[in-house]
Amino acid sequence: MFRGSSMHEWALAEAVVSTILKLAEEEGLKDVVGVKIKIGELQQIDREIFEFALSQFQSSSLRNAKFNFETVKAKFKCRVCSHQWNFEAENLEEDVSEAIHFIPEIAHSYMRCPKCESPDFEILAGRGVWLESITG
Amino acid sequence: MIDPRLNIIDKRLAKIRKIIAVSSGKGGVGKSLIASTLALTLSRSGYQVGLLDLDFSSPSTHIILGVKGVYPREEKGIIPPVVHGLAYMSIIYYAGNCPSPLRGIDISNAIIELFAITQWGSLDFLVIDMPPGIGDATLDMIRLVKKISFLVITTSSKVAFETVRKLIELLGSLKVPVIGVIENMKMTDSLFIRRNIESLDLPFLGGIEFDYKLEESIGNPNKLLETQFGRSLGWLASNRAEIRS
Repeated sequence: MFRGSSMHEWALAEAVVSTILKLAEEEGLKDVVGVKIKIGELQQIDREIFEFALSQFQSSSLRNAKFNFETVKAKFKCRVCSHQWNFEAENLEEDVSEAIHFIPEIAHSYMRCPKCESPDFEILAGRGVWLESITG
Repeated sequence: MIDPRLNIIDKRLAKIRKIIAVSSGKGGVGKSLIASTLALTLSRSGYQVGLLDLDFSSPSTHIILGVKGVYPREEKGIIPPVVHGLAYMSIIYYAGNCPSPLRGIDISNAIIELFAITQWGSLDFLVIDMPPGIGDATLDMIRLVKKISFLVITTSSKVAFETVRKLIELLGSLKVPVIGVIENMKMTDSLFIRRNIESLDLPFLGGIEFDYKLEESIGNPNKLLETQFGRSLGWLASNRAEIRS
């Protein structure tokens, strides 16, 4: 279905660096030393590419920054029967997995509650990329 | 925790001169046809144009344009393929023919994701086919896209106009620019819509007569532009400066 090699991590890395720089400016941090990032499992970010992209977007105020990454397991809850379950990428076809990688909400097009088969479920955790904190 | 995607959207849209949300309070008034045909018309006039289908639950511009077998390219984000001269983006690349039953928060997240990762590059116009109503997509466009302006579509029906009036009121109260209002599928000489729009101190851009043969052109952009509907919209795009300025 798709062409490419996970380069969309670059777009997200650029967004993260842009946000860090904005926060650092707001908080008057000239030298950022620590950055905590949470990565949702659902988006299936390629960590190696993501970290490389982060390094390419860095500016002088981030030269000493140590990045700490935490992967957040993806969990779903059915709105109809309240059943909860975890994300299992290995059970998805490659095309579907790729589609969810780009737009995690696409999970609603391909996944169903394993208990009642409803597509009306909530993504409880593990969606997207989040900046948790920066320290200077 | 901070969602970093929100900080990159301005940059992604920085090289787009004008962003037009084709919108209505009501479904079935011809938004998708007008958005698609307007984008084609502007493109054929020599402008660089993008078309974004933001109606996630009922996307239809790909049917109108006959889009098949193309997908975005990845390059530090996703680059929309060029279809009939338009940089074209739709959820159908990812959802395929499957239904996308999304609730509010999911719609909002998907919109933010698309705006954060799509690399539109330089465009004169980005035309957005909006879902009907004043729900998530409308609120997100107002929140996220600083240079958005709305092109409002209604039919001649009092029923449609009542919902359009609420959309116009919302946009006015939030000081969001409204390009004007197009009365679509006009079947009589009634001045009801025109008078009401003018009483709201908004530009009435014109009426487009109901075109019985329009359906025959679905999927064929060249044919679409040659229909009575296509020519009427083309005339409006050429002669109403509000649309292009």
